[in-house]
Parts: sequence; structure tokens; C-alpha cells
Amino acid sequence: MTNFTPWSAMLGGVLIGLSASMLLLLTGRIAGISGIVGGLLRPMSGEAVWRAWFLAGLIAGGLALSVLHPASLGATPVPIGLAIAGGLFVGFGTRLGHGCTSGHGVCGLSRLSVRSLVATFTFMATGALSTYIVRHIVYGGQP
Amino acid sequence: MTKRDAVAFASGLLFALGLGVAQMTQPAKVLGFLDIAGAWDPSLAFVMLGAIGVHALFVRYAKTLPRPRFAEAFSWPEATGIDARLVAGAALFGIGWGISGFCPGPALVSLVTLSAKTVAFVLAMLAGMAIHRLFVRSNP
Repeated sequence: MTNFTPWSAMLGGVLIGLSASMLLLLTGRIAGISGIVGGLLRPMSGEAVWRAWFLAGLIAGGLALSVLHPASLGATPVPIGLAIAGGLFVGFGTRLGHGCTSGHGVCGLSRLSVRSLVATFTFMATGALSTYIVRHIVYGGQP
Repeated sequence: MTKRDAVAFASGLLFALGLGVAQMTQPAKVLGFLDIAGAWDPSLAFVMLGAIGVHALFVRYAKTLPRPRFAEAFSWPEATGIDARLVAGAALFGIGWGISGFCPGPALVSLVTLSAKTVAFVLAMLAGMAIHRLFVRSNP
């Protein structure tokens, strides 16, 4: 059971929006995490280095959180087999669908992209469905 | 390190802090948001509200600019069509997200915990991306 935390969620969202805006206004690039990481698997000249720096920033942010706000970092409650299955689906799906929660959900919707709206509704729906199946059917309410 | 690289680093850092403040880096919190049939926790809808509220204003501003500060041009996504790949990819991503509570950004930020399950998730995610590159991109 988790608690309703609208204000910290909104503040975190504002920081994410500012981050994406900084990247866009100063470098012209879209803050889609799956695209940034996926692009590193196939380094193109001139595009790999800033992506690696963005990734380094994410990790540095993780280190800062582990000191300042360690309770914000947690592992998935599902068994490791499901974590691996989840990772495979997330990796393959975000490349096939050209984006994830950041690229389609934040950046795409901010641009009023209909394509991103369709993607966001789709992953929200299948996300809710798979959580329902794992939690309520497979594990009967747990984890 | 160019100015563009420095901005990318700062942007990644700020992005991670935002995810942490919002608790997107806590998979149990994410699953509470996706579990609409259980003890639903709608908090994470407010992450989208805050992020889109801010970013939409700056996108409008960016569209009035001739070019970004440290680059030649804006890299706006060119695709506009809604095709089977978009929907299938988003559907598969949602399945993985709903199973684990992790999407790419929060998983990478959480790597610092060195939790075996988080490391396994990230390695599997990279494998999924590599599988896509090997078997899908070469056969359009």
C-alpha cells in the first residue's frame, strides 16, 4: 500500500519538465530516455557523446538521491524472473514504438503529438492490464 | 566536454532528481499507480501534469526560436503516422512496465542501489533493445 503524494509528484514532474526544456532549448534534442540509451547501442558520429553525458547525469542524479533521499530508490517487488521479463519487454517495446514514458508521455504530449497520445494511452492501458494480471491473478493481491 | 555535453549532463542530473522527488524510482509506487483495480494511488498522474505543464510552455517558446543555443537546429521527431509498430511497441513496453514497475529512466537512476533485480532489469532492457536492432531494424 502506498500513500497519495500529489505535491511531491507534481514537484518532481516540474523538475522533469525543466530538464527536458533545458535540453531542448540549449541543444535542440528531445529528452526521451529510451531513444538516448538505444542510440548509444548504435553510436552515430556526433550523437553518441552527449547521450553518454546525459546518461552520466542520470547516474550522478541517482548517486545524489542515494545520499539526499535514499527512500526514493527501491527495487521492484516482483521476483527476478519477472524483472528480467519486464526489462526485455521494455527494451524491445520502446525501440519498436520509438519512445517511453519520457519521450512519448512527457515530450510528445507537450508537443501535442497525436502519435505520442496514442502511444501513451496504449502503454498506460497495457501497463494497468499487466499489473492487474500479475498482482491479482498470478499472486492473488501480492506483491 | 562541449557546452552541449555539459547541458546534457546537467539535464540528466535534473531529470534523475525529478524522478526521485516524484518517487518514479520506487517501483512499488509505480505499481500502485498502475493498479487501478487495487488500492489505487493516482499520485503519478501529477508527475505528468507537472512535467507537461512546464515543458509545453517551453516547447511553444522553442518553436519561435531560429535554433537552439548550442546546436545548429532543433531535432523535432519527424514521424507523424500511427502505424502497427507504434501501437505494438507501446503495448509491449506497457506490459514490461506493468510487470516490473520500471520504465527506462527510473531503472537507470536506480542502478546506483546495485540491487540484483534492478541490474538484471537494465541488462534485460539493453538486451531487448539489441534484439530489436538485430531482428527488426534490418527487416523493415
